[in-house]
Amino acid sequence: MLRGFCGGGSFVSLKAINVDLQTDAALQVDISDALSERDKVKFTVHTKSSLPNFKQNEFSVVRQHEEFIWLHDSFVENEDYAGYIIPPAPPRPDFDASREKLQKLGEGEGSMTKEEFTKMKQELEAEYLAIFKKTVAMHEVFLCRVAAHPILRKDLNFHVFLEYNQDLSVRGKNKKEKLEDFFKNMVKSADGVIVSGVKDVDDFFEHERTFLVEYHNRVKDASAKSDKMTRSHKNVADDYNRIGSSLYTLGTQDSTEIFQLYCHIPLFYFSQQKIEARVSADEDLKLSDLLKYYLRESQAAKDLLYRRSRSLVDYENANKALDKARAKNKDVLQAETTQQLCCQKFEKISESAKQELIDFKTRRVAAFRKNLVELAELELKHAKVTGIYFCFHFRQLLFHRIIEVGLEGTL
Amino acid sequence: MAAEREPPPLGDARQPDLEELEDGEDLFTSTVSTLESSPSSPEPASLPAEDISTNSNGPKPAEIILEDDREDLFAEATEEVSLDSPEREPILSPEPTPAITPVTPTTLVAPRMESKSIAAPVIFDRSREEIEEEANGDVFDIEINVSDPEKVGDGMNAYMAYRVTTKTALPMFNKNEFSVKRRFSDFLGLHSKLATKYMHVGYIVPPAPEKSIVGMTKVKVGKEDSSSTEFVEKRRAALERYLQRTVKHPTLLQDPDLRQFLESSELPRAVNTQALSGAGILRMVNKAADAVNKMTIKMNESDAWFEEKQQQFENLDQQLRKLHASVEALVCHRKELSANTAAFAKSAAMLGNSEDHTALSRALSQLAEVEEKIDQLHQEQAFADFYMFSELLGDYIRLIAAVKGVFDHRMKCWQKWQDAQVTLQKKREAEAKLQLANKPDKLQQAKDEIKEWETKVQQGERDFEQISKTIRKEVGRFERERVRDFKTVIVKYLESLVQTQQQLIKYWEAFLPEAKAIA
Repeated sequence: MLRGFCGGGSFVSLKAINVDLQTDAALQVDISDALSERDKVKFTVHTKSSLPNFKQNEFSVVRQHEEFIWLHDSFVENEDYAGYIIPPAPPRPDFDASREKLQKLGEGEGSMTKEEFTKMKQELEAEYLAIFKKTVAMHEVFLCRVAAHPILRKDLNFHVFLEYNQDLSVRGKNKKEKLEDFFKNMVKSADGVIVSGVKDVDDFFEHERTFLVEYHNRVKDASAKSDKMTRSHKNVADDYNRIGSSLYTLGTQDSTEIFQLYCHIPLFYFSQQKIEARVSADEDLKLSDLLKYYLRESQAAKDLLYRRSRSLVDYENANKALDKARAKNKDVLQAETTQQLCCQKFEKISESAKQELIDFKTRRVAAFRKNLVELAELELKHAKVTGIYFCFHFRQLLFHRIIEVGLEGTL
Repeated sequence: MAAEREPPPLGDARQPDLEELEDGEDLFTSTVSTLESSPSSPEPASLPAEDISTNSNGPKPAEIILEDDREDLFAEATEEVSLDSPEREPILSPEPTPAITPVTPTTLVAPRMESKSIAAPVIFDRSREEIEEEANGDVFDIEINVSDPEKVGDGMNAYMAYRVTTKTALPMFNKNEFSVKRRFSDFLGLHSKLATKYMHVGYIVPPAPEKSIVGMTKVKVGKEDSSSTEFVEKRRAALERYLQRTVKHPTLLQDPDLRQFLESSELPRAVNTQALSGAGILRMVNKAADAVNKMTIKMNESDAWFEEKQQQFENLDQQLRKLHASVEALVCHRKELSANTAAFAKSAAMLGNSEDHTALSRALSQLAEVEEKIDQLHQEQAFADFYMFSELLGDYIRLIAAVKGVFDHRMKCWQKWQDAQVTLQKKREAEAKLQLANKPDKLQQAKDEIKEWETKVQQGERDFEQISKTIRKEVGRFERERVRDFKTVIVKYLESLVQTQQQLIKYWEAFLPEAKAIA
């Protein structure tokens, strides 16, 4: 039984994603279209809402990656949201590797046969398309997570993002700002180390912290290894393709009787290759993407814990300051107010954080379950299909022993 | 089995069938679902049993019995194909009809597929011997095994000794079963002797495996790691294939040197095979001289067949080299895949350990186990790829070099004949001059020389015709062997792939309930 963010929601499973999200009619967001221009991708964000905040019930705007980042950062910088897991920002669309490969292919056109070239081009185009689909999915998931969150969905910036049909004029960070970010991150991680040294009174959070640190590291490792594995799979598939074309050329150059024998085998290899490629793509989607996503989410969860610990330290410092003030009987009122604020902040964060972490676990378990089941089913399907295909070819080849008889006479 | 399967119709319908299957995976999903509906089987991918058709009149194909063993797809597949030689000629139809013989459907047993064991590729070579081959209507009842590689000696003088076991019923051998110990240089020596005797008359002598200084040094130095054991195994298999190929040749089988190699317990050491020996250097010089000669001889090719064949072999050589490179790349990548899968399995296990949701943790550990087993499968598959495909291609590349060598010998023979003709002409001119000069004593000598050279010219012509005839026969034999070899290998390769798929199915089927159990 999944606990959703909003009660009574319909269970909607979004295509090619890792996260099961419940959405409801109040606010539904998706990316209905995407266009890839030279070095940027333009996403068409489509919203359907019955909320009074919006002028219309259904509308679309065009957004670019930088605007998503702007939205994410605005959440992170907002103190009010300190107690929530901020949905991780989608990664930048990266077509560089694919573009490089296409370029290399173009340069090497002279050295391979026409069939090989067309095949490789087709594959690279398919790869490009796959990356494109993935980046669309990542951006969509981000928006859906925000839309499904009871507090974040009400954010004003979010509404502007969804509705304002002009360019948000959000420029990417310039060098100075990037440098500032870099220092901020350094300070934050140093602080994080200090802050994490403070042992938490609350068992729940203590456990969560230990768990998350270890989990995050292991997910990082698993994600990297999974990537390598799927890349190897792709290499094997490419090899099959090459072997197939070689065998085909061999067969066509050969005398006709032997060709009958050989021509089945290239077809067999081509199909092997297709299946291998599909297996690797599925593994990629199910396993690698899943792991990558939870790598980012677990980081976001860690950030939440950090913010809580920070506020705890602030609270404790405020307590100490108050005691000092009371002892010296100086600025007591100020110290009291500060202490009150810190206390409120801390308690607010703690309360929402607990719920957030519980939900994180639920989401995680559900996502893994869904993807592992689908992975197993896909692998089974492939293995069975391949097995049947092999059987078929096997029998074909056994029948063709007869061809030898014909050959012995003619040669 | 629930569904009865007809074998796919052969003949013209075959091609489009396959293309359909190529494009439409739907065909298989529906096939899968029909198989899945079968109530009992845990392996829905097994084939149903079929009846043998004794009616071999007309176009109905002889069908295959595939015993539907619960455990394996092809535990024992026996195919009954009649290959009675006398009936074979009338069967020559231009299109590959499935009709075999009009007469007896009994007789020979063809490939017996054994279930593959996890152990070394020795299995692949063994089942090959069980195939009774027919060559030119003769059955050579001789079986050769190369086994038990043993290191003899120490340090840089060490060498590997292999046991060569022969099982035969042929009368020319003293016993029916005997074995001897041979070392690698003995094999090279045998090849060298056979090559000198037979190649210049047009016989394609199978080349011996290549020397490998790096590989052998590792073995000599005594490194007991996987790469040196692999090297030894690779060499053992190569030596076995070499001998098997040699004894299949009807002419070479009669050779006394071969018999001595197989039979006698002591063999004089073939020192001439060492690369740095005097003979080795002489060989290198000869090779260079040959290469130069080849460029200068312009043969007047009167027989189009030879020209065509030479071109064909050039093309084949190129293609095989390319294919060989691709297969080696495949082997390499598969090994990489196996390593990466193992690494991922460990990582997934760690992840499972740190996951605090019990069911998910268990599922992740299970996933890690599945991936580990798959890694094993990948490794075995790499073995198969290598030993079956890659080595065979390597053998054929070397064989083609031998074929090219034979063609070159023919060219040299022709050259010799032409030279003899030229010399004869010169002698005749000399004689004519002498006649005019009237020197009776030298005249007689000239006449004798003319006779001598006339004989030489005749001999040259005869030799040339003989070598041409032999080469034609040999090339025919080579082509047949090639088709047979490739066919055998591909069938075995497919079988191994099928078994891999079966295993994969088992593993994922075991995992699926675990994944579903995550709550």
